[in-house]
Amino acid sequence: MTDTGIGASVKRVEDARFLTGRGSYTDDLEQPNQTYAYILRSPHAHAAITKLDVSAAKAAPGVVAVFTGEDMQVGSIPCGWQVNSKDGEPMKEPEHPPLAKGKVRYVGDQIAVVIAESLAEAKAAAEAIEVDYDIQPAVVDMNKALAGGTLVHDDAPNNLCYDWEIGDAAEVDAAFANAHHISKIDIVNNRVVPNAMEPRAAVGAYDKASGEYTLYTTSQNPHVIRLLMGAFVLQIPEHKLRVVAPDVGGGFGSKIYHYAEEAIVTWAAPKVGRPVKWTAERTESFLTDAHGRDHITHAELALDENGKFLGLKVDTIANMGGYLSTFAPCVPTYLYATLLAGVYTTPLIHANVRAVFTNTTPVDAYRGAGRPEAAYLLERLVDRAAREMGIAQDEIRKRNFIPSDAFPYQTPVALQYDSGDYMATLEKAQGMADVAGFPARKAASEAKGKLRGLGYSTYVEACGIAPSAVVGSLGARAGLFESANVRVNPTGSVTVFTGSHSHGQGHETTFAQLVSDTLGLPLDQIEISHGDTNKVAFGMGTYGSRSLAVGGEALMKAMNKVIDKSKKIAAHVLEAAEADIEFKDGKFTVSGTDKEMAFGEVALTAYVPHNFPHETLEPGLEEQAFYDPMNFTYPGGCHIVEVEIDPDTGVTTIEKVSACDDVGRVINPMIVAGQTHGGLAQGIGQAMLEGCVYDDDGQLITGSYMDYTMPRADDLPSFDTDTAVTLCAHNSLGVKGVGETGAIGSPPAVINAIVDALSGLGVTDMTMPATPEKVWQAIQDAKMPMAAE
Amino acid sequence: MYDFNYYKPGSLADAASALAGAEDGKIVAGGMTLIPTMKQRLAQPSDLIDLAAVGDLKGISSDGSSVTIGAMTTHAEVAGSSDVQLVIPALAAVAEGIGDPQVRNCGTIGGSVANNDPAADYPAACLALNATIVTNKGEYSADDFFTGMFDTALDEDEILTAVKFPKPDKAAYMKFPNPASRYAMVGVCVAQTGGAARVAVTGAGQDGVFRASEMEAALASNFAPEALDGISVSADDLNSDIHASAEYRAHLIGVMAKRAVAAA
Ligand SMILES: Cc1cc2nc3c(=O)[nH]c(=O)nc-3n(C[C@H](O)[C@H](O)[C@H](O)COP(=O)(O)OP(=O)(O)OC[C@H]3O[C@@H](n4cnc5c(N)ncnc54)[C@H](O)[C@@H]3O)c2cc1C
Repeated sequence: MTDTGIGASVKRVEDARFLTGRGSYTDDLEQPNQTYAYILRSPHAHAAITKLDVSAAKAAPGVVAVFTGEDMQVGSIPCGWQVNSKDGEPMKEPEHPPLAKGKVRYVGDQIAVVIAESLAEAKAAAEAIEVDYDIQPAVVDMNKALAGGTLVHDDAPNNLCYDWEIGDAAEVDAAFANAHHISKIDIVNNRVVPNAMEPRAAVGAYDKASGEYTLYTTSQNPHVIRLLMGAFVLQIPEHKLRVVAPDVGGGFGSKIYHYAEEAIVTWAAPKVGRPVKWTAERTESFLTDAHGRDHITHAELALDENGKFLGLKVDTIANMGGYLSTFAPCVPTYLYATLLAGVYTTPLIHANVRAVFTNTTPVDAYRGAGRPEAAYLLERLVDRAAREMGIAQDEIRKRNFIPSDAFPYQTPVALQYDSGDYMATLEKAQGMADVAGFPARKAASEAKGKLRGLGYSTYVEACGIAPSAVVGSLGARAGLFESANVRVNPTGSVTVFTGSHSHGQGHETTFAQLVSDTLGLPLDQIEISHGDTNKVAFGMGTYGSRSLAVGGEALMKAMNKVIDKSKKIAAHVLEAAEADIEFKDGKFTVSGTDKEMAFGEVALTAYVPHNFPHETLEPGLEEQAFYDPMNFTYPGGCHIVEVEIDPDTGVTTIEKVSACDDVGRVINPMIVAGQTHGGLAQGIGQAMLEGCVYDDDGQLITGSYMDYTMPRADDLPSFDTDTAVTLCAHNSLGVKGVGETGAIGSPPAVINAIVDALSGLGVTDMTMPATPEKVWQAIQDAKMPMAAE
Repeated sequence: MYDFNYYKPGSLADAASALAGAEDGKIVAGGMTLIPTMKQRLAQPSDLIDLAAVGDLKGISSDGSSVTIGAMTTHAEVAGSSDVQLVIPALAAVAEGIGDPQVRNCGTIGGSVANNDPAADYPAACLALNATIVTNKGEYSADDFFTGMFDTALDEDEILTAVKFPKPDKAAYMKFPNPASRYAMVGVCVAQTGGAARVAVTGAGQDGVFRASEMEAALASNFAPEALDGISVSADDLNSDIHASAEYRAHLIGVMAKRAVAAA
């Protein structure tokens, strides 16, 4: 290992610019002669627009133009994934206009755009727009939505998007009939607001001379936006549409999707003949960034007398919100139900999932996307089963783990895990958590009048998304490969163009380490370029922990092509057979001789090909590769959380978090730890603090930081994180992914720890977020069992 | 934000006449509450009269038996004042627990007291410590000053100039922060002076800060946590919201009051 290669804790090269305020985010980009857009949004969750008069706004000072849905006759914002109901019917896919046409379906839905010389003038003019609403009852509660009555979309009866299933219900029922014990649970996976630090922003520009449109946007995947917006909404061909996602300040999934504002500014730019800039205010982020999670589930687990799992039944309702966001339909199906085996050998599983429309912000993938919902359900249920059967929390897991020699392991819910060692991560985490010392710590807490609990979560996820053939057969309307281009410059420095997009992950460092390791270059000779469709050939972007496992593999493939070509050049210059050329430590040598050429010399020769045999050797040194993975990757691990509860107030303090994850080969341990820390903060945030609440009228109660509890540093302890690695069996690097593990593994460990702490009082359940009030109330109810019934 | 006229008078008299002369004028102190409200277009004052240049409104003085704090004194200055720490350490602790460093370095005691946010900390301190609120027109006892949430005895054109706190024998403030905003979800300030005890509760009451008289009576005869055993505050007039039901707030008042008495 070199100090800049694979396995080195290289400091993030991008941090210098981020930490000194020199990042260049979408809102930082000033276009000559730009205008400012302000979007008038619906204050009602569900209403027909009976009158929309923009004439006064058009006449207001500084206003350049005002457009409504009637003006903007363009395509519907498309959905990228089709899920079919169990009866074969395709999901209901209602029209989603960028500017509302006659009806608004959630608070924040776009009604009109005002474009002005300044933002203040645009906002002032928006107040002069006259709108009359015929307010209709809001559909907020998912169960009520399914009962019909008020419809969010007239073409979706009972507000049902799809009714989907996986597994054989009859076989599972048979397993339940023979069960020794059945554990049941009702789970709510709480809705969360993504809260990227940088609000969304978009700037549209149009060059009349070339006919080229440019969209600068806060995106995790500019090529995907180019495809969705260009082909489906605005009908602009790729060669006339450039999409740039410059520095992006966090996404967590919320910046994957194609949003209305991107289409609005791009469409409006040629209409007003000037660039149009829009930047969300924080309130708009709360109201319009696609939210995450929001499932209601009933599940049952059948066990034999030894606590072995015989079968699992799951019935889930998933909220889609007011419209289908880009990936929404696949989250509660192919990213959720296919993970319900978890790390266990449960032989039979059936899951039914109904997706429902409501008058709320659209819901889509959020860090983990489906997999945290599966892990939370399973780990809560397993914990409950252990308590009911009197088996220790770790023991029930060990009895049901997929053994480390059983890989590749085919689960009953479609996935085939390639590698893993769940016992190893569990045992290492137990050591980190000093589980042996827990009884003494519990006694010490009790002596102070406090309660103490320890909670486990052993999880697996599927990421490195994804084999195109597999997702294609499951309804994805895209391939999920990645591209990389390696350009060796004449003096031997390297520019990499990757289709992965970094918005906090540190690709400029990790990917550079792959290059440094493979080509033997120092980091300052390597540039990682991403986020611009005019520079990068193609890309599917960053989400689903896919950057390294898919984008990194594409980069390796392109570098191998560079090495192959370089060997040809070296063989020619050194007058040796190509087969005799070896490449090591940045040097090409003729084996068995002292003849050698440095990488830089080969590069220079490639661009100064004075005596190349042109029939067999092309000048230049630049290679492109596309990589399509053979399988998902399956990171997994064990998180152990220890909490202390003050029974007088219900305040829960997280005392210790021990996370041991198998993320495959670690390229940069410091970045892996950083990703784990961030994921844990988000997972613990969901478990203890973050809860998105709508009232019955569909108003977002938690619409600002006054009411939405973002995790703060003092809500969290210092984390103890480590890895126990098994290599991915189907990619060359052996990498699995780390972007989502923290957010997937931690929520059930937190809640299981709280339930453990309260179990002495007879408490068996706790919902997320476990606020002080809920914990206090659970204690009160337990003290008065009669009153609670 | 809507357009407004901006004034920065150099004296209290000029500030008062600017305020009186404005159509819908507002004082701006630290701006921590007012400016965000204006940015969200929830307030539209015609004129802002900035007190930043009125020198005599800033600063802390103490005669050993009381502390007088100028209206424009920031929370950070109160928290860091050796006079306050010496005479009424509980008051320094109240200031130290407000918001975050940015807020403490801009927000002022005058702004906080004049605003009387039902979840603010200072109103509880003023009420429990029996402070006197001094204005350009006269003085109010804290009991008379806080008249309901976001409501005070101040006239439209009256300017708060200082708050005067007598030294208690003992005092402490216990805050149970709202997990999201970190304002008080329940804050209880207790003080004992001579034979009397005062208990003020913020964050919980539907009508803003209030005194818990039953607790005061119990503590007057025995200023000890046990004296509060069995005393509960009715949930009837308390706030219920997504963070805490009225019942939970009522319970927390009891817990925070006991902890404050223990800490005093
Ligand atoms: C992020 C954040 C967190 C906060 N957390 C807390 C907290 O935990 N606890 C807490 O108590 N507060 C908290 N606050 C509020 C903070 O204490 C403010 O400083 C305070 O509410 C207002 O003080 P100001 O000086 O900023 O007043 P301004 O915002 O300038 O004014 C507030 C109001 O008072 C009026 N006013 C100001 N000064 C005078 C005067 N001298 N005479 C007459 N009227 C006057 C103004 O006209 C205005 O109506 C927080 C604020 C923020 C932004």
